[in-house]
Amino acid sequence: MDFIIQNILNALQWGSFYALIALGYTLVYGVLRLINFAHGDIFMVGAYIAFFLATTMLGPSFGLSPFMTFVIAVPLTMALTACVGVTLERIAYRPLRRKGAHRLYVVITALMCGLILEYGNLAVLGASRLKFPDLIEKSIWSVGDVTMTNLKVIVIVAAVVVFIFLNFIVTKTKIGMAMRGISYDKFAIPLMGIPIDSIIVFTFILGSGFAGLAGLLFAMSYPILEPFMGMIIGWKAFIAAVVGGIGDIRGAFYGGFLLGFIEVGVVTVFPSTYRDLFAFSILLLILWIKPTGLFGMPQSTKI
Amino acid sequence: MSLLKIDGLTQRFGGLQAVSEFNIEMKGGELMGLIGPNGAGKTTIFNLVSGFYQPTEGTITLDGTPTAGLKPHQVTSLGVARTFQNIRLWHDMTVLDNIRIAQHYRMGYSVWDSVIRGRKYRECEQRILKIAEELLDAMSLTEYAREFPKNLPYGLQRRVEIARAMSIQPKLLLLDEPAAGLNSSDVEGLIKLIRWIHDSFDITILMIEHQMKVVTSLCQWIKVIDFGATIAEGTAEDIQSNPAVIKAYLGDDTI
Amino acid sequence: MQKYSLNVLMAALAVMLLALAHFRIIDNYIQAVLMFVGINIMMSTSLNLVNGNMGEFTCGHAAFMCMGAYTSSVLSVLFFGKNFGPPMFPESMAMIVFPAIILLGGVAASLTSVLVAVPAFKTRDDYLAIITIAVNYMVISAIENMDFIGGSRGFQGMKDTVWAMNDTISFPWMLFWVITFTVFCVWTIRRFITSTYGKGVNAVCQDEVAAEIMSVNTNKIKLVNFMISAGLAGCAGGLFAHIVGYVNPQSFNILKSTEAMVMVYLGGMGSLSGAVISAIVFTGLLEVLRSQALVDAMLSPVTLFFPDWDPSAGVIKWVFIPLLLVLIMQFRPEGIMGNKELSDVFPKLKKYYTFK
Ligand SMILES: Nc1ncnc2c1ncn2[C@@H]1O[C@H](COP(=O)(O)OP(=O)(O)OP(=O)(O)O)[C@@H](O)[C@H]1O
Ligand SMILES: [Mg+2]
Repeated sequence: MDFIIQNILNALQWGSFYALIALGYTLVYGVLRLINFAHGDIFMVGAYIAFFLATTMLGPSFGLSPFMTFVIAVPLTMALTACVGVTLERIAYRPLRRKGAHRLYVVITALMCGLILEYGNLAVLGASRLKFPDLIEKSIWSVGDVTMTNLKVIVIVAAVVVFIFLNFIVTKTKIGMAMRGISYDKFAIPLMGIPIDSIIVFTFILGSGFAGLAGLLFAMSYPILEPFMGMIIGWKAFIAAVVGGIGDIRGAFYGGFLLGFIEVGVVTVFPSTYRDLFAFSILLLILWIKPTGLFGMPQSTKI
Repeated sequence: MSLLKIDGLTQRFGGLQAVSEFNIEMKGGELMGLIGPNGAGKTTIFNLVSGFYQPTEGTITLDGTPTAGLKPHQVTSLGVARTFQNIRLWHDMTVLDNIRIAQHYRMGYSVWDSVIRGRKYRECEQRILKIAEELLDAMSLTEYAREFPKNLPYGLQRRVEIARAMSIQPKLLLLDEPAAGLNSSDVEGLIKLIRWIHDSFDITILMIEHQMKVVTSLCQWIKVIDFGATIAEGTAEDIQSNPAVIKAYLGDDTI
Repeated sequence: MQKYSLNVLMAALAVMLLALAHFRIIDNYIQAVLMFVGINIMMSTSLNLVNGNMGEFTCGHAAFMCMGAYTSSVLSVLFFGKNFGPPMFPESMAMIVFPAIILLGGVAASLTSVLVAVPAFKTRDDYLAIITIAVNYMVISAIENMDFIGGSRGFQGMKDTVWAMNDTISFPWMLFWVITFTVFCVWTIRRFITSTYGKGVNAVCQDEVAAEIMSVNTNKIKLVNFMISAGLAGCAGGLFAHIVGYVNPQSFNILKSTEAMVMVYLGGMGSLSGAVISAIVFTGLLEVLRSQALVDAMLSPVTLFFPDWDPSAGVIKWVFIPLLLVLIMQFRPEGIMGNKELSDVFPKLKKYYTFK
């Protein structure tokens, strides 16, 4: 029993990371119908930004306490990562959109931007791995054989809060309505006096900001940073988003947790090398059965 | 035996009953019109006949063969061709290619033949090309054979689409609003074309059309539907004086 | 004349290259680069069949390359190597059996592609993209878990077959086979896609509904197209494995798939000659950028200010190429050739050659 609860907690933690990243994919996709393949690398950039913020603030020139550093690093990381995301959109995606380029070319551009971020990082910082400093004092609670750290709680709570927040934004606010509107009809929205570019920028701010948050939390939980850390987790989160039904906030959230549970479930039964094999096979199976994902609406072709 | 027989055809989309209890029986060589206000379910009937939707209820029989469970391309190979309300040509391929590709079902050679290009391939391609060229010639489209449809005027695109349907050498031709978006001189040409097709090929035509002029000058028998159900049928004169039809179309000055 | 001009030209070129290689006028390095050009041409033209002509968006092409590479490697070692017990065939048979080994790799790859083709009956676009990525990961991690073929440590021993061919008759065999298969690949694709049957692929791309209703068996066309594409990628994989002499699941990861995609979009979607040209350009670029001296020279304005910074060419390459591609996308979003062929862009060329 304890064993099961422990694994559920682990699955929740992993699922939270996937969900946080998947939410960013889904937000951008929901508005632009663009798979922002650079998103996983924005997550990586977020982790690095958090690293530099944390080391600077802990360092001699500021000398803040770890906890204060954490409190300040969260919003700053989110803001700076959002800047990275918005920059990408401004210099790479928007000009293409303006020219009316084929959608796939934008996707390829995104993929290339991801590579640039990865290898640019590698070129600038070198291959040495960075060790993320401890920001919050680790407290471990154990009940029976179940152990729980405060960090895990923070991660899970963050994912849930972000989900509720985004769900609120998208379904209840005006700007969220505009976001959904754009995905339905790119041409009518500007006619109705809604500034389409601002909405898109806002979307990128949200998506990248939360990727930054995920990066920070990930770096705190697994404190080794390397330039390719965003790649696999990004692809997986993207798959999770699609399995949930891409473009749907709920889909990304549940898809992320589903993937977390599948992975942890596989590892408890099989050797851990089988994790990817099973995870991807199960996801493939889901997509075979329900091609538009769990929450996605089947599109009907009208002729 | 009738060429097309539809019995109790019903189609639901969620809560919406797009077609309800629709019946029709067409003998070979007939030219029938299907009219009704917007959203009446006309195109849906075509989609059902061409196998694009599977009916919720009812049966469709083509020349004695029930089409239930058949894929659209299988239905087409039974001899049903259609055009679309919004032109759906392959716009980045030449007119000639458009017409050749529509003969896919009697291609008669396999992938390997297409790579090896033996005699079977050459004979088959020649046959297809001959049919296509004859058809283009007959429909006076030869000079556009190497053009892309997207560069042609709308009237010609309609004509190409009809030619593409004809290249299937169908027994039953379904025309979905062929006159939509044409100017009046084009419409005259279209009426002539359809009459010519009907007279010179052994073909049955079912046609959806909003322009009464086209329907009355072509169709021997007209069926009127509204909300998926038949509300009247008869000759052009019968229909035009039918109170139920006038009611359905109230405010529409084409009647 | 024009009917055969291109064939004669290509044959002459091939003979010349083989002769140069045979008499060691071009060294092993140049030969290797030429072979990688061939492999990349196969990869990009075969992916172009799906992503360009059929307009699907698949991002896991390396999965098929991987299947081909492993299948033919295992067969190769089984037939002529010593890892799995004594060789099954005498050395002298190697040059006859070798193409069969490569083709069997292709068959294995095209069977794998059914995993992608069947969902493609129902979905397109992004959902299909994700399925292909998942398949890519699945294939890799499946092989990583197969210990009898080395798992994640990789697999080797297929050089035995190459040596067996060389021992029988001394000749640049691998170059020969790569040229043969590359020509075979481009030729197959060209013939398939220009036949009325194969044009069904373009019809599916441009309007799938119309295609299905106009009697094109869209599911079959998709299946056939995926299988041809994957099969050729599988052949490329088999050749790759035999050139390098060592395969590792991770050499067929998403990065490899990305390379193939880059070539397709660089060349222009749906343009066969574009795919060939971009494969040559891309491979050339990769090789040129391997030179540390060149990269240092390019970066000298920066390193002037940051003398401590000393990035390696292997890394800078992967910043530079994506950057280049992003710029190309900005200024020529349709790729080098758009969806046109060489003979459409330069109609005069038609006088000199036809390619069928
Ligand atoms: N795939 C579908 N899913 C849901 N509803 C559909 C679908 N296809 C058609 N409908 C609905 O069925 C009804 C009939 O549509 P249909 O296209 O057959 O009308 P129509 O008679 O052809 O009208 P029009 O003259 O405008 O072409 C409409 O209300 C339409 O919205
Ligand atoms: Mg209609």
